[in-house]
Amino acid sequence: MRFLNLLIIFIFLVSHVKAQIDPELLRQAPKNTDSLKLNMDAVYDRPFLHLGKLPVALGGYVEANHQYLGENGVTEGHQFQMRRLTLFVSSSISKRIKFLSEIEFEDGTKEINIEFASVDFEFAPLLNLRGGIVMNPIGAFNQNHDGPKWEFVDRPISATQLLPATWSNVGFGVYGKKYTNNWAYAYEVYLTNGFDNKIIENTENHTSLPATKDNKDRFEESFNGSPLLTGKVALRNSKIGEIGFSYMGGVYNKFEEDGLTLDKKRRVNVFAIDFNTNLPKLNTYISGEWAWVTVNVPETYTEQFGRKQQGGFIDIVQPVLKRSMFGFEKATLNAALRLEYVDWNKGTFRSTGGNISDHVYAIVPAISWRPTPQTVIRFNYRYNWQKDLLGNPPSRLAGFQFGFSTYF
Amino acid sequence: MNLKSFRVYAKYKSLLIGSLIIGTIVACKELVPDPPADDQILDGPVDGLSGEQKIKFLRGDVAFNDDIFTQETGLGPLFVANSCGTCHAGDGKGHPFTTLTRFGQNDANAGNTFLHFGGPQLQNRAIPGFQPEQIPVGATFSNFTPPANTGLGFLEAVPDAILFALADENDANGDGISGRINWISVPPYCLIRPGTIIKNGKYIGRFGKKAAVYDLLQQTANAYNQDMGISSSYEYFNTYDGQEVDPEVANQTVLDVVFYLQTLKAPIQRDQSNPEVQAGKHIFITINCAKCHIPQLQTGDFPIAALANKTFFPYSDFLLHDMGPALDDGYTEGSALTSEWRTPPLWGLGLSKNSQGGHYFLLHDGRAKSIEEAILLHGGEAQSSKTAFQQLSPTDKGKIIKFLESL
Repeated sequence: MRFLNLLIIFIFLVSHVKAQIDPELLRQAPKNTDSLKLNMDAVYDRPFLHLGKLPVALGGYVEANHQYLGENGVTEGHQFQMRRLTLFVSSSISKRIKFLSEIEFEDGTKEINIEFASVDFEFAPLLNLRGGIVMNPIGAFNQNHDGPKWEFVDRPISATQLLPATWSNVGFGVYGKKYTNNWAYAYEVYLTNGFDNKIIENTENHTSLPATKDNKDRFEESFNGSPLLTGKVALRNSKIGEIGFSYMGGVYNKFEEDGLTLDKKRRVNVFAIDFNTNLPKLNTYISGEWAWVTVNVPETYTEQFGRKQQGGFIDIVQPVLKRSMFGFEKATLNAALRLEYVDWNKGTFRSTGGNISDHVYAIVPAISWRPTPQTVIRFNYRYNWQKDLLGNPPSRLAGFQFGFSTYF
Repeated sequence: MNLKSFRVYAKYKSLLIGSLIIGTIVACKELVPDPPADDQILDGPVDGLSGEQKIKFLRGDVAFNDDIFTQETGLGPLFVANSCGTCHAGDGKGHPFTTLTRFGQNDANAGNTFLHFGGPQLQNRAIPGFQPEQIPVGATFSNFTPPANTGLGFLEAVPDAILFALADENDANGDGISGRINWISVPPYCLIRPGTIIKNGKYIGRFGKKAAVYDLLQQTANAYNQDMGISSSYEYFNTYDGQEVDPEVANQTVLDVVFYLQTLKAPIQRDQSNPEVQAGKHIFITINCAKCHIPQLQTGDFPIAALANKTFFPYSDFLLHDMGPALDDGYTEGSALTSEWRTPPLWGLGLSKNSQGGHYFLLHDGRAKSIEEAILLHGGEAQSSKTAFQQLSPTDKGKIIKFLESL
């Protein structure tokens, strides 16, 4: 019902204005810095429809796909999936105060989330205050996750099953950017509500940061009253590319209640590095991120819930044709490849000293076709090798995925 | 792409794309991973289940392998594992990571005198904020590696009379091998099977390392309670404080798991036509290993038709045997002596590594890291067979190992 109401309001607004696509988006970007956009800009770097004279702009994206996957010879057959419908609403409240919200419907209406709803106050280029529901800037994918920007049907395993993308929380913080010739420097620091004990008490059967997302109360109250600190520094060179270093950490457990101490404070810490670059001449786009997670798990708890995790991905996208195709001017055909790895439990068994496995490798070759830069039709072949905790012979999952994702 | 190939593409692009899409749909099934051969895995149902039984099997499969317990759903507060599948990956033998430690009973007659200290099973893990149990001072204990689950229904369907007939408690035939029944008390929720044999109010135990469990319902309810700290209407005492608590798992779920365990297929022997395997089996029988590890047994009438009146090949007599001082941990269950162990079935032995992380952890506590080491740790009633094995040529030893790996 909520979905229907929002959709009706959205359609009503769109149908009552003279819409036009504004590729320059809401904020006026600094001159000659188009090549210096950072991952942190992604949230506003989206196509919006301006609503006539209203100070409100709308946008969104939708993605759907078909997949045929089989695991160890067992397949669930042909699956058609409506992965996401995401709606953006933004507003320039004044010249230096703006608002943006992102509401996402995942898997039909199975999950409805406000992924972003923040007001930004610009005091100076190096000092902006952001408050509301913010996306914690850990890694790159969490900030820059819109489906139409990627050549793959699935989001990276490390981004969604190691890190909790899309991971957003209520909080406040500051950010800023500085440009010098070919360089851009940026920082972000936020204090938000954070994780909870679902990290180690979940049905994923391993330490899972994403399991915290099941707690819908986190937008209303902090689980333990201890803020989560997320910070990132990034720099970009217009010829080389961008690199980012980020950290997210805080106490995740309920260490006291009603004045009673229940446990010691147990922390989760995440470090991530991300990069992206465009190789000159070949025009090959390479991006990736890697994250390390440490969690203070009680010694008396089961070793299934790892104290160290790591994982990441690398995407290589090679345009092979860029010309008019099927009447679409400047359409692009890409060949792409994603390599992924996640180890949910990096450690050894106390009983044997042997390595704990619980990891997955994946390779995803892909072909994508972009009739316009804002729309992608993609065809993936996925092959995963996943080992259980004990390191038994891996389960093998493979199959095809075909789908589209487009801004609207 | 060079200019020529680009022109070809431009000319036939629609055809190419159409062919690609159609070809992919047609090829879908061909490009997903092949299933492992049936004889390479332990899970899967017995042949001959009805449609209804298959549905029940699948429900049990989900409960056994996919139900992960958390604090919210009743885990603990003290526990060993948080799901059935944790101890029995792929329905195979377990790993030392989930070794079950039992303590407190060192005499067949006195019973367990450490029940008030949390016995008989040590819950060595705890949810955050709680402290796990420790083995009390003075208690003897034994470590049990979780066994494979496969073929358990066949064992349950063996009539008592067959096990009773196999027993030779006083070694009347003078072969040095006695084979004893563990006479046990049965919890009130167990349904006594038709034709059951009762001796002094005790029943024949047939499951567990010491044959101290009557049927798969008792085994399952105990495992929920003792291994995971999940109470049920069958086993309703909290392992943390011994208090009676509300059920944390539905009866239907427990019964589905019981049905799943009953109807898991028996392991399928591999390489049966291999001459080395055949020769190994012959030597295995010749040196009297098969006196306890009896190759085949017969089920009787049973409510699940797929298990009734079937011949199966467990390589076990499911009786207690004295295994000598090296395997005497000083702990026991029921009327078994501390040195007595139920003959473990050897079926599925060759696939053990696939559920134990690529290594062997054999014998009751996983102390043997190879099949040969496990043989050499035999003693007691198996001493003469062990000695005979030691006197074999390396080639013949290899043949026995090859045979055992084929099981």
